[in-house]
Amino acid sequence: MAIKSLTVNGKRVPVTYNDPQMPLLYVLRNEFGLHGPRFGCGLGQCGACTVHIDGAAVRSCITPLSTVDVNKKIVTLEGLGTPEKPHRVQKAFIEEQAVQCGYCINGMIMESVAFLAKNKKPTEAQIKDALANNLCRCGTHARIVRAVKRASA
Amino acid sequence: MNIQISRRDALLGSGALIVSFALADSLTGVHAQGAAKPLALTEVDSFLAIDKTGKVTVYSGKVDLGTGITTALRQIVAEELDVPMNRVDLVQGDTLLTPDQGKTWASVTIQVGGMQLRQAAAAARQALLAEAAKKLGTDNLTVADGIITAGGRKKVSYAELIGDKSFSIKLDPKQPVKEKSPKDYKIVGKSTPRVDIPDKVTGRFTYMQDFRVPGMLHGRVVRPPAIGAKLEKVDESAAKKIPGVVRIVREGDFLAVVANNEWDAIRGADALKVTWSKSETLPDQAKLWEHVRATKVVKEDATSNVGNVAEALAKEGAKVRKATYDFAIHTHGSIGPSCAIADFKDGKLTSWSASQATHDLRKQLALMLGLSLDNVRCIYLEGSGCYGRNGHEDAAADAALLAKVIGNPVRVQWSRADEHGWDPKGPPTLVDLQASTDAAGNVTAWDSIFYIPQAGPELNVALVAADLAGMPTSKVSFPGNIFQLSAIPYKFPNVRTVCRRLETTPLRPSWIRTPGRMQNTYANECFIDELAAAVGMDPLEFRLKYLDPADKRGIEVLERLAALAKWDKRPSPKKGAAGNVVKGRGISYTKYELVRTYVGAVAEVEVDRSTGRITVPRFYITHDCGQIINPDGLKSQIEGNVIQTVSRTLIEELKFDRSQVTSLDWASYPILTFPQVPDIVMELIDRPNEKPWGAGEPAAAVIPSAISNAVFDAIGVRLRSIPYTPAKVLAAMQAT
Repeated sequence: MAIKSLTVNGKRVPVTYNDPQMPLLYVLRNEFGLHGPRFGCGLGQCGACTVHIDGAAVRSCITPLSTVDVNKKIVTLEGLGTPEKPHRVQKAFIEEQAVQCGYCINGMIMESVAFLAKNKKPTEAQIKDALANNLCRCGTHARIVRAVKRASA
Repeated sequence: MNIQISRRDALLGSGALIVSFALADSLTGVHAQGAAKPLALTEVDSFLAIDKTGKVTVYSGKVDLGTGITTALRQIVAEELDVPMNRVDLVQGDTLLTPDQGKTWASVTIQVGGMQLRQAAAAARQALLAEAAKKLGTDNLTVADGIITAGGRKKVSYAELIGDKSFSIKLDPKQPVKEKSPKDYKIVGKSTPRVDIPDKVTGRFTYMQDFRVPGMLHGRVVRPPAIGAKLEKVDESAAKKIPGVVRIVREGDFLAVVANNEWDAIRGADALKVTWSKSETLPDQAKLWEHVRATKVVKEDATSNVGNVAEALAKEGAKVRKATYDFAIHTHGSIGPSCAIADFKDGKLTSWSASQATHDLRKQLALMLGLSLDNVRCIYLEGSGCYGRNGHEDAAADAALLAKVIGNPVRVQWSRADEHGWDPKGPPTLVDLQASTDAAGNVTAWDSIFYIPQAGPELNVALVAADLAGMPTSKVSFPGNIFQLSAIPYKFPNVRTVCRRLETTPLRPSWIRTPGRMQNTYANECFIDELAAAVGMDPLEFRLKYLDPADKRGIEVLERLAALAKWDKRPSPKKGAAGNVVKGRGISYTKYELVRTYVGAVAEVEVDRSTGRITVPRFYITHDCGQIINPDGLKSQIEGNVIQTVSRTLIEELKFDRSQVTSLDWASYPILTFPQVPDIVMELIDRPNEKPWGAGEPAAAVIPSAISNAVFDAIGVRLRSIPYTPAKVLAAMQAT
């Protein structure tokens, strides 16, 4: 058993682990009890597990714990906002009702926030390209694009 | 969950035993002591309770699979009772608390489940008003926000009248209670925002996958590399060295590693060295349709039979046209693999899962583990969207088996490969059609044969764990009604539609959104289009010619669709297409199951003749499901139907070898991505005075055929095999 510290949603937190190759996703969900990042494929194919590391959207299901240290700022869906005080992208998703089952929505929001930081006024086509590696099975795509567009306005 | 039971006076009955619930802590799975809450479909108390603060709790056996139904059901109850939405809570899919309203499937949650709730609420309101009339000395009463007022002065609240007491009122479907007039609706018919979305977009929502129980261990199942393979030998030595591994469980061919954390369970399972027997039970996929055609037919059902088809087809001068359509095996493709927790204590099992049918699952788990029904409680928690019977029940069986063996609560989270490889599948569908026309271009006969698996206990969706462990598996779960929509809405003089029910199908069969109705409508609506083209008629006009003129709602759906899509009246294919990328438009229509929701669809497609690639830039939909409860929720369902089915039509096909499914991830089973998603233009036809019908499935039924017909319009080539991959498009172009 080993121990290290991570910086998650602005707080420094210790984590004990058996395997340094354990993906970050398992630490966030099982050690810290976070619900935002979700297990979808474990292969980096669907995007449900997306978190920000130093502002970049990263697939936490294929990010070994060994590659992350306390100097990297990890932000999850919970770190963006709350139901009472949502981030503007979260707010836009509520306003557009851009959720069906919502399982993929963590990835959609985390990816969009990182994307909008680089491209403040994207076209619809650019939004679709930015989300091309995030899968949704319910068919909420049209609403998600509208929500990202709304958040960028 | 703490459940307090006390005896109190019933407001309106005769002092029946009353149950109240403190839903404070749902972690421990404690079973009720003594009498249980009413669950019968004939009792108001089964569906509704009002506490001393005036809070209304709805008990719904139908569950929210990500469709927003918990919001719509609250709207129905809030409207009928005249209470604000935020005073209504909802408990869903708990076998101890919610009535068995049947599986959450087949687009009947609003239509059936919602109407049961509406009746319960109407009966409750009526009783509350009668009681208030006695108390206030007048029956000139108004209700607002759960407060009954007489003549604008004297008041009494629901909470004062009923708070924490039972209604003890019987419901009789044969003598329905009078419901509120739709003209007085304030909540139903409005786009009320979904109650779950703020929590879902901020990480506060607890999905099944997020749920945790104290003392819980993590189980990881190790499935055979081939269906039917036997477990010969397990070398546990490497797995046992992994620090968190607690135990390796083997029951027959069921194998799992249990660890005190999830990652070590995964590592432990990977470290097992397992020898399995060879097993090749699946047909050669390259010859799937020959296999389906050769499968033993156990019965033939004529789903319609009008006139004399054989005679009409054989008539001199009849022009006979034949075609065969096929539709690939699909998987549900839930973004979150199935997950469940089970706790087995003192002979009682509590199961948490995202099962769409907890009352059925309860029977299955009881039989599998040899428990009496009373000792099993199944509780629903929302999971990833399932679109039918995916792996949720199987994960529940895995967890239940492990919890019983281990004695601790066990959580089982399936991997992506588990979900793709082991969730039951939408069976392959093969359809032969023939029709005849006379010299004037009138259709004289329609004759079709559908090759679909039998439905019933003989072809049961068994629990994987029960099968592997050699435990009994009950016969309560099988694909429902996939014969539906083999019959057609068009009035030809001679019609025969036959379902050949097959003894077996290559993979465990299940239902996926619009089961059977999608495949059958696909074949029918494409073949209708073939006939229209054969007689040189506009495909919309052709449909209108043969629809029952008395079915005005169906005709209106098509007429409004023509206006919405600016339908260009002409026969297909379009003339004068030039260049590599050509455009086309196609139409399709359904009256769902021939008795309910009407949908019309127009697809616009572009086909690249050099690559065979089809894109669908736009869909137009008109939709009449009667009374609309929540227009925005309905739109969301229709959008989902369109987008998901564009994916199924263009891309999806489950691959397998002789042993096992080989589409085990999103690379080998791709689905539609953002850049390929069509724009959707829709018109909802609201009929507040009609019954509300389902909307979770019907729009999906018309999508494949609308695309197919649009492709024909564009390139003059008929595609008859789903999915429409570029390779198939190129091959069809070459063959023409």
